[in-house]
Amino acid sequence: MQRDSASLDVTRRKLLQAAGAGSVLLAFHLPLRAAPAAGEAKPTFAPNAFIRIDESNKVTLVMPQVEMGQGIYTSVAMILAEELDADIAQVALEHAPPSDTLYGNPTFGIQVTGNSNSVRAFWTPLRNAGASARAMLVQAAAQQWKVDPASCSAAKSAVTHAATGRVLAYGALVRDASKLTPPATPQLKDPANFTVIGQPLKRFDTPDKVNGKVVYGIDVMLPGMKFATVALCPVFGGKVGHVDDSAAKQIPGVQKIVVLDDMVAVTGDHMWAAKKGLDALDITWNEGPNGNVSSAEIWADLRAASQKDGVVAKAEGDVAKFLGQGDRLDEAYELPFLAHATMEPLNCTVQLTKDSCEIWTGTQIMSRVQGTVAQLTGLPLDKVTVHNHLIGGGFGRRLEPDMVLTAVRVAQQLDGAPVKVVWTREQDIQHDVYRPVYRDTISASLANGKIQAWKYRVTGSAVIARWLPPAFQKGIDIDAIDGAADIAYDIPNLQIEYVRAEPPAVPTGFWRGVGPNNNVFATECFIDELAKKAGKDPVAFRRDMLGKTPRLKAALDLAAEKSGWGQALPARAGRGVSIQTAFGSFIATVVEAEVDEHGEVRLRRVTAAVDTGIAVNPDTVIAQIQGGLIFGLTAALYGEITIDKGRVQQSNFHDYRMLRIDEAPQIDVHLIKSGEAPGGIGEAGVTASSASLRNALYAATGVPLRRLPIDRAALAGKKNA
Amino acid sequence: MATLKINGESKVFEATEDTPLLWVLRDVLGLTGTKFGCGIAQCGACTVHVDGKPVRSCLLPVGGIGDRAITTIEGIGATPAGASVQKAWLDLEVIQCGYCQSGQIMAAAALLAATPHPDDADIDAAMAGNICRCGTYVRIRDAIKRAAAARAA
Amino acid sequence: MSPLRRFVLVAVAILVVLVSAVAIWFATTPGPLAFAGGKKVALDAFTGAEPTGVPNDLLQASVEKRGEYLTRAADCLVCHTAPGGKQYAGGFAFKLPFGTLYSTNITPDKETGIGAYSDADFLNAMHRGVRRDGALLYPAMPFTSYTYVTDEDALAIKAYLFSLPPVKATPPANTLVFPFNQRWAMGVWSSFFNEGTRFEPVADKSPEWNRGAYLAEALAHCGECHTPRNLAFALDNRKKFAGALSAGWYAYNITSDKGTGVGDWRDDELFAYLATGHAAGRGTASGPMGEAVDHSLSKLAESDVRAMVTYLRSVPAESSRDLPPRVAVAAPASHKEGGGSGNLRGKRIFAGACASCHDWSGVSPITELATLTGARAVNDPGASNVVQVVLTGMQRPPGLVSMPSFGSIYSDAEIADLANYVTSRFGSKGSTLSEKDVAKLRKETAQ
Ligand code: FES
Ligand code: FES
Repeated sequence: MQRDSASLDVTRRKLLQAAGAGSVLLAFHLPLRAAPAAGEAKPTFAPNAFIRIDESNKVTLVMPQVEMGQGIYTSVAMILAEELDADIAQVALEHAPPSDTLYGNPTFGIQVTGNSNSVRAFWTPLRNAGASARAMLVQAAAQQWKVDPASCSAAKSAVTHAATGRVLAYGALVRDASKLTPPATPQLKDPANFTVIGQPLKRFDTPDKVNGKVVYGIDVMLPGMKFATVALCPVFGGKVGHVDDSAAKQIPGVQKIVVLDDMVAVTGDHMWAAKKGLDALDITWNEGPNGNVSSAEIWADLRAASQKDGVVAKAEGDVAKFLGQGDRLDEAYELPFLAHATMEPLNCTVQLTKDSCEIWTGTQIMSRVQGTVAQLTGLPLDKVTVHNHLIGGGFGRRLEPDMVLTAVRVAQQLDGAPVKVVWTREQDIQHDVYRPVYRDTISASLANGKIQAWKYRVTGSAVIARWLPPAFQKGIDIDAIDGAADIAYDIPNLQIEYVRAEPPAVPTGFWRGVGPNNNVFATECFIDELAKKAGKDPVAFRRDMLGKTPRLKAALDLAAEKSGWGQALPARAGRGVSIQTAFGSFIATVVEAEVDEHGEVRLRRVTAAVDTGIAVNPDTVIAQIQGGLIFGLTAALYGEITIDKGRVQQSNFHDYRMLRIDEAPQIDVHLIKSGEAPGGIGEAGVTASSASLRNALYAATGVPLRRLPIDRAALAGKKNA
Repeated sequence: MATLKINGESKVFEATEDTPLLWVLRDVLGLTGTKFGCGIAQCGACTVHVDGKPVRSCLLPVGGIGDRAITTIEGIGATPAGASVQKAWLDLEVIQCGYCQSGQIMAAAALLAATPHPDDADIDAAMAGNICRCGTYVRIRDAIKRAAAARAA
Repeated sequence: MSPLRRFVLVAVAILVVLVSAVAIWFATTPGPLAFAGGKKVALDAFTGAEPTGVPNDLLQASVEKRGEYLTRAADCLVCHTAPGGKQYAGGFAFKLPFGTLYSTNITPDKETGIGAYSDADFLNAMHRGVRRDGALLYPAMPFTSYTYVTDEDALAIKAYLFSLPPVKATPPANTLVFPFNQRWAMGVWSSFFNEGTRFEPVADKSPEWNRGAYLAEALAHCGECHTPRNLAFALDNRKKFAGALSAGWYAYNITSDKGTGVGDWRDDELFAYLATGHAAGRGTASGPMGEAVDHSLSKLAESDVRAMVTYLRSVPAESSRDLPPRVAVAAPASHKEGGGSGNLRGKRIFAGACASCHDWSGVSPITELATLTGARAVNDPGASNVVQVVLTGMQRPPGLVSMPSFGSIYSDAEIADLANYVTSRFGSKGSTLSEKDVAKLRKETAQ
């Protein structure tokens, strides 16, 4: 009866690591090559790619991950500074240049910021980097003083010999330390002795964000720069037919009209001229084969595909047998296409000459950008320079290089002058790489008030297959099923399946919260429906099945307590709970919401209990959960991209609705202290939001919504859910 | 040639009268602190002050401004309300990606200048036009209250 | 006589009397210029400057050029172009209570357009509402107005249309229900309601007035929207220009009534509104009027627009009982004061989506064009135009004014609340729309 579950246990973590293994992981076995020092001829101690110390005692930390609001620059700096014993108040931060070898994300094998794994993936490599450098500095000091290194200590960027009271700043040790061999296995600190990690440190990137000084990709200004904006064919995959530019040419400030096979761009003295010029073009598009693609058709296809048997990603016990026994329930849950709508519209600045290309942008994939530009232009890799910037919102959109390629293609039509290509919000929304539509079907049987058997099938895009082909193995998109395979509940018989179904024409990609968004939504909605069938309270029902996941149980208990679970609420108000282990963080969330007679929802309060292991910067963890919840609630309440006649029907914030401050609930985040290795947090709040909201609405109205965004007419009782 | 009074300085530039102030600020004058988010007055990222009132610069034609004083995020720190907002923003670590925050700070500074002790309804009325995709709303509300309290103290 | 027979006879008698009364009432419906009194004369007999044709500077132009001007004045484009479709190729939907009508292709395509029309065919359509194949047109085609257009002008329009590239396009089939799908019945209708005569100037009125009359009545067909209709769906000139709801929009009272019409507008305000779609403190044209301005009125010679103003001025005051007698002044700057404060959801939507442009006071900090204060729409307790603008936005020529459409993100209930808030805050009498009212308005304008 017992199946060989081990061989079938395909989880994101394992597979991504398998895919990225080999060359890249080795890069993290110190010593690393030195970080490229920006034009410094002075003696510098650069023991690895993350740390540079010069004689003036300036400690420069190089950021392998990009900052898009998640506070990673501060967290990375804290980890490095902790083990390096650098003075955190004095460090300088630097964006890493593109290099998979030096800065590849250990999980993916390439230089990518995503999957909420910056801290998780870099935790050990960064600690090693810091500790190794510290050991060399200590050794250099000990040699000078001719004492035992063990009798020296480091703090605030200086080494002290307590017995003699001698102190040497790191800067003074640069020359000597450079000559030393890094230790094979640097001694890491006992977390109990952390002085930086775990402190609520003020973020390094925010002071320049309050006064307008920060330079995002969209803010880059270069001498002689032109400004451009683009129009892609409104129908996916369509081409430019004919362009009449007579009116556009009359517009003051318009410089050049660039017509390529699938897009049109106008350059001008400023964005307004470019935009007016573009608006004035009379463009006839050849729509190509996708002119009839519609949401209705896509949904029909997806629903049909979800009837098929999928590839089994995980199997334990005997599902077929036990599904046939006891109380059985079958439901399906559906999630719509979503746009990212990062606050900073897509943009990229390019200066392309015969033998070089410089890129200024904000991207989550530094090295891939460099590589694709090299490919497009035919330039050698080292002639493509990528200047990365702070990012005004990534959410997965900047895991794609299309905005860079678009800009380079425009630049190819110009004479070597720098050009900044900025997408209008309309282009940004209508030419996104969308969060795929998903349909998750679940069947379960109950025995004695507990789940006996559980069959879960995910149907949807395999983003991984396109984005990281080596990780797409055995026909399974590890991202799409990860949250289902990693189920926290004690279920003796279970089977997880995946059906790959790609929507026609619509490009799909990662969206903040990725696979766990739909897995947690479907699982946690279904659990509430099972609880109802079992006649149990949703919290109690869950609690009884968390034997193997005590951290989650503790989070659930805390969230229930802090949210006032079980206390009376007004009519048509309800509390909903959801729990998750996504991204290695254990989170329980309770949403309290009310519904009026029109089905309009008011969010009253959200309570989250979070065990993310060691919280490097606890305030950042709280901020990420708060923000992620809002991001996820926005989508759950309003988010849906629809397709008609091959084109996206939404275009800007007037038809792609955003939650606003006056709709935002009170949010209380309770951190659970833990000594475990850190979990991911940047996306966890998003994943935590939708099922807890839906379950609150279920409690408030009895209407079991099974699709997002929430259907207000169904909540009002005007139609079936 | 046209002239505008921006952050206390006279700025001379070339642009047609219909050009929205946003693009003159960003692309012509290089004052890139003011952000482009939607271009249709729905997100608030482009908020500046015109004679102390918050205005969406993405739709405001430069031809209609005349000699009214413009303040942008680069200059708001020089006003008492602006400085207190900036400080509260850092104290409470409001900011995430930060892209919306120029507009948030400008809107909040205008609110505090006009309403020194805003209640929740005042905050809703003044800030609901500013979208934050990172979801910093909870902290924005707290920071406005903190800035108000600091100014009263 | 059995009681039953007697009853039937009496009933028939009553019916006959009623029908004749209605017929007489219809048959005596006044013409569009009846209000002016005075003596109508044949065009040739009119002594002042020619009221028909094109403005002076176009007199020597080619017939196509003259036709282009007149085609604009007659505003053929808007109704004969489907949204996103080729110009003049038809397919624009008219949503009527009894089904949907689609406009025809008037490009010179021989099969699907009017390419095969002779001059006589064309005049028949313009003047009598009769198609080349003899079928009768529905009065969505304003032939009861175009009937006043001179032959010469009508043929100039034809010449212009024939100079355009032919487009092969067949509009969707009409979906009228019985009995409205019976085209022959339009003959009876026309016999009552189509005067079938060409424009006759009024001798004792100025040439300017007569020019204005010709433009407003024959070409621009203002009455088609602004004059209420009778039971038979014909213009009721007894209440000429007193305002009417049509296709989901309220075409407001443009009589000289001081409170509810345009009686207290200055000439230059009327002129500005017609020529640009906006007059300071009077609001901005949107919907069908916005289109009329953009595609027709704004393209006319200044002298012609002034003539229309002169003519409008003479239309007798007729007050609209459904409109408040005066428009409100600016709302307070603070969101806490002013009307509608109890309507929290309406207020919340306004705060998020609207206040940036329209301000809590209603006086836009961005552009006068977005100022709500003084606009009739926000002073209309029916709030239909507020709802329509919220639903569909305002897409006027680029750089002029544009407002995004919010119809897809807000529910009918939310839009009702918003409209009620806006009219209470910025108008002198707030609306009390329900979710259902908005649903109905939404249906009427959906293309
Ligand atoms: S850019 Fe002006 S409000 Fe969005
Ligand atoms: S902080 Fe990122 S959009 Fe507001």
